[in-house]
Amino acid sequence: MQHLRRKHLIVAATAAITLGALSACSSDGDDGGDGMGDDTAGGTYTWWDPYPQHDGSSDWEARVQACGEAAGVTIDRTAYDTTALTNQALLSAQEGTSPDVILIDNPAVSTLADTGMLTTVDEFGLDTSAIDENLLNAGVVDGEAYGIPIGANTLSLYYNAEVLADAGVDPASITDWESLTAALEQVTGAGHQGITFSGIGTEEGSFQFLPWFWGSGADLTDLASDEAVAALELWTGWLDEGYAPNTVINNSQNTVWEEFLTGNFAFAENGTWQVNSAAEAEFETGIVQLPARNGGVAPAPTGGEFIVAPVQEETARYDVTREIVECMTTPEGFVETATTFAYYIPPTADGQEQLLAENADLEPWVEAVRNAKGRTSDGLGSDYPVISEALWTAVQNALSGAATPAEALEQAQADAEAGTS
Amino acid sequence: MTSNPAVVGQRAGSGGAAGTTPAGPPGRRRGRTMNPSQWAAVGFATPLLAYLVLFYAYPLWRNIDLSIHDYTVRAFVQGDAEFVGLHNYVEVFSSSTFPTALANTALFTFGSIALQFSIGMALAVFFRSSFRLSGALRAMFLVPWLLPLIVSASTWAWMLNSENGIINSVLGAFGVEQINWLTSPDTALLSVTIANIWLGIPFNLVILYSGLQNIPGEVYEAASLDGAGAWRQFWSVTFPLLRPVSAITLLLGLIYTLKVVDVIWVMTTGGPGTSSTTLSIWSYREAFGTGQPDFSPAAAVGNLLIVIALVFGFLHLQLQRRQEAAS
Repeated sequence: MQHLRRKHLIVAATAAITLGALSACSSDGDDGGDGMGDDTAGGTYTWWDPYPQHDGSSDWEARVQACGEAAGVTIDRTAYDTTALTNQALLSAQEGTSPDVILIDNPAVSTLADTGMLTTVDEFGLDTSAIDENLLNAGVVDGEAYGIPIGANTLSLYYNAEVLADAGVDPASITDWESLTAALEQVTGAGHQGITFSGIGTEEGSFQFLPWFWGSGADLTDLASDEAVAALELWTGWLDEGYAPNTVINNSQNTVWEEFLTGNFAFAENGTWQVNSAAEAEFETGIVQLPARNGGVAPAPTGGEFIVAPVQEETARYDVTREIVECMTTPEGFVETATTFAYYIPPTADGQEQLLAENADLEPWVEAVRNAKGRTSDGLGSDYPVISEALWTAVQNALSGAATPAEALEQAQADAEAGTS
Repeated sequence: MTSNPAVVGQRAGSGGAAGTTPAGPPGRRRGRTMNPSQWAAVGFATPLLAYLVLFYAYPLWRNIDLSIHDYTVRAFVQGDAEFVGLHNYVEVFSSSTFPTALANTALFTFGSIALQFSIGMALAVFFRSSFRLSGALRAMFLVPWLLPLIVSASTWAWMLNSENGIINSVLGAFGVEQINWLTSPDTALLSVTIANIWLGIPFNLVILYSGLQNIPGEVYEAASLDGAGAWRQFWSVTFPLLRPVSAITLLLGLIYTLKVVDVIWVMTTGGPGTSSTTLSIWSYREAFGTGQPDFSPAAAVGNLLIVIALVFGFLHLQLQRRQEAAS
């Protein structure tokens, strides 16, 4: 009996240990934030960014660490893929384990701000007066700025100078939609391919369509306007005429660039991040500003990351975090970031001047960024992702011939209204 | 099935917590004392039960919880999602995407399974008669299984490219006009189904082939003595004797195909528009495909998929039971 009793105890104890270990695991998750907060003075500050291409030995890592050292702390940097970063940020906020600093893609700022997980720039006492307003606006929700752009990139129209010369097209002649379409006709007439862009069913598709959409005078609050239809008809017209390949429907921006690098295409819509690759291409390249419908430069959407500071339980950490943020956002800091990445335009006039002094070739890109517009601006905030999904679906439906541009945009407007109400 | 072990698990837990003071086991309340070996059984089962609860019951419960609340990103972080009952399901059912996604899911799933199964079966029967190099050939048929999905899906996307794809260039040599495989609403679903069939053949081949090994050779001998030809042998011997294996292959194939996201996402992202959007793609897109995660409708669609898979699972059990009763 005694023997049996002992066995019974052992079993019960085993069960208790197992369950105890499990509950220890689960409560550990909740305490994680506090555990990190314990070593405040000269401790470790966490930093997330979407640049997994820059590893622990990169210039970027060194730059981040330098800002930490200047503030007297070590920075623990973790890089995520862009989309994963938004989800990670939301999860960590839910668990109360937000990092001290996040660099996040600008359209996600308003989504994160909407959850109440970000501090405002005012609360943090950061000065944003020098930042270009069109860039800062992407992070403004209800009149409050929730982050500072660390740099901006945008879209422009790359051209293949050899193809244009062969077809007898002068890039300077491209000033509006009509002259662009005329150039495409001339290029395809000479046996080359016209233009390639990305119409894929993701955010990239909307990103690439917006310069034409805005350049037509359309507004994201009314997707079915005549101007919007005109913009979409411009794209479908190019496909129908054979000026653009059918593959644009599934092209990501990377695929667009690969197509352009084959040397067959006269034009490709792509971003600042390809500047180096364009310089190394086997043919001579150049860029023209994306034309608006009736002339002038079309506003292209801004890309690029914002530096944001999530709310912490332990507000004493904010002082050091502010120092780190300030280190990243001085004019010199902006230029350093721009050169580290080779595709960022500083968001302040000072920074832009310094950058141009170092690299005058970037002049057209500085102009493009000055004309650019945040996707979440115009008070759209976290409504933008819903509208954008409706928009790219309409682009897909129209380009693939499933619907006419007018029908597709009509449906998109209905979906956007249903999704944002 | 999960609810019962969960109760047992808790009981073991409370007994364990009281383990320092060896009080009477709570099982006594039932008026029946658990004998030590029963206790031992519970003890040994506890890790497994805890595992099941943590990694199966909890996620499932969480998915249901997500689908009956309105989890906006804000509510997700603040944890104050409003209870909305079946509202998300109503939204899903009344959405204009629903009929398309359901029809696409049906076409994609049944199209894939029908061809995967028949081709897998044909190959299994073919390889049954061992010949020189049959082993090597059979191994080659497994390649689709070994490749990472991202690789095979991207390769299919390149081959089916409208302008530069190898398939169009071969067809072009025979005078067929350019087919916009992935970019036309008429062929996008067909294209991803073809790729998925190719991916699923090895699975069917392997299981059916191993099923064939269990059919004794004497049966075929007897059949051929009775004058049955190859065709007759297949329909009167192979097919009926392979029925249990076929049933489980079809059921597993169905569950695997219902949840396919990666192949379609890499090839078309469910587009153009919604023309290759299945229920699982729809769920993925709601949750992760846009700038704004919409977890609640995504979870609702996910639950719908689980229910569909369950229905077919029960159907399978029912058929099996009837078969056993008949034999």
